[in-house]
Amino acid sequence: MNDSVTAGVAGPRALVQDLSFYYGTFKALKRLNMPIADRRVTALIGPSGCGKSTFLRCFNRMHDLQPGARYEGSIILHPEDIDLVGREVDPIDVRMRIGMVFQKPNPFPTSIADNVTYGLRLRGMKSRTQLAHAVEQALRGAALWDEVKDRLHSSALALSGGQMQRLCIARALATNPEMILFDEPTSALDPIATAKIEELIAALREQVTVLIVTHNMQQAARISDFTAFMFLGELIEYASTATLFTNPSQKRTEDYITGRYG
Amino acid sequence: MDKIELGQHILSRYNEDLEQLRTDVLQMGGLAESQLREALRALATSDSDLAAEVAKLEARINQMEVDIDDECNRTLATRAPAASDLRLVIAIIKTITDLERVGDEAHKIANIVARRGALDRGGIDGYRIVRHLGNVSLSLLHDALDVFARLDAPAAVAAVRRDRQIDEEYDAIQRQCMTFMIEDPRTIRAMIDLMWVARALERIGDHAKNICEYVIYMVGGRDVRHVAIEDVERQLGAQVAAGSAAAADAPSAGAGN
Repeated sequence: MNDSVTAGVAGPRALVQDLSFYYGTFKALKRLNMPIADRRVTALIGPSGCGKSTFLRCFNRMHDLQPGARYEGSIILHPEDIDLVGREVDPIDVRMRIGMVFQKPNPFPTSIADNVTYGLRLRGMKSRTQLAHAVEQALRGAALWDEVKDRLHSSALALSGGQMQRLCIARALATNPEMILFDEPTSALDPIATAKIEELIAALREQVTVLIVTHNMQQAARISDFTAFMFLGELIEYASTATLFTNPSQKRTEDYITGRYG
Repeated sequence: MDKIELGQHILSRYNEDLEQLRTDVLQMGGLAESQLREALRALATSDSDLAAEVAKLEARINQMEVDIDDECNRTLATRAPAASDLRLVIAIIKTITDLERVGDEAHKIANIVARRGALDRGGIDGYRIVRHLGNVSLSLLHDALDVFARLDAPAAVAAVRRDRQIDEEYDAIQRQCMTFMIEDPRTIRAMIDLMWVARALERIGDHAKNICEYVIYMVGGRDVRHVAIEDVERQLGAQVAAGSAAAADAPSAGAGN
């Protein structure tokens, strides 16, 4: 494609190689190739139905239960070189390492603390002090600690939408993942809650690799380091965000980001 | 990409806004160009009344700069333009600054004529000394506006090259004026005025060159300020070649790397 594909990515955390994905006979992703830069934010943009969410969900095997779903190609996770979509790889193991945050906040109907510790308890962590420590760390990481530290044992459903979303991020952070996937994390939030989540994502990249699907192109421009533009299941252009938003090399990218697509 | 296409936004109002901005810039450019032409005519005919008229145009150009700037700010705030649209708005903001300065320089020339009348002293025809420089500057400004209207990067590169002619001509005029002043000190006043006129014309050439550089940026996204023109030509040539190669194998241009 072009030089910018590898430019600036010294050591990618993951490498997508010839990835195709089928829903039955429908080919939703067509031989995608791109690196996912380590501890950077990579944004996926594109019109509805272009396969962004399908692509994102491949990373933690969310399609496995879908009848007729089939992967081709590979997503190699470094440094161990595990193929995330390989048959021999257990999806549960994958999800331990790769967290996900969805469009609508989906906290469990339990207390705030229990939400955060869910994954850790699933892994068999029992020590109360350890769990309490993990709760504080994850909530601090998600910039929610100061707002909820006095009511850790009240219901998570009493929080505001933006707080719930940050709780979901804390829940994803608690298991110390290497990568977090965000599927339009702010489309259900007001501008202030959105700004807090964006701030948080920017801070997160110090520790984790972030892959985010967003319909808000300005958001992609603001928070990501690299951007991939997808169209009808194909990867049209992958470049540094600054390049893609000021001087894209492909006409279809240009048309989409300037609002000429249609 | 040799040229960029505007139009076909989903939001038709956005289209109209951008088109209007371009039209406004061209109008402002046209005004600056006619101000310069009239200032040169006043100089040629030593017509101080005409010169005073020309000086009045200055205020209109200034007002246009403020209005277009305002409109660009509004577009940036409300439309958050990206890619070629963003480059267009940025290039416009810069272009109008240069056009306003072209207006200032034309105003200076007109003022000198209005104050002094003819720049002829001791048998020297002042106008003839700067006539060629004036014509080249005027035609470069005209070309810069033309290139802006057509968004034509190769033509912009060619125009940038011509600014060198102006610089050489300006040097020659300076040497000539100095010779006259040494020969006959009574010409000093007129020669200093003449040098001011030449200086203004040389600056107008620089502004026209800047506008061409903004057009190159607008079209190809490449900032060519302070880059040797030969390098720009090479890069642009490579870009054009790559563009046609990419068009040839467009279907595979997507996913592979």
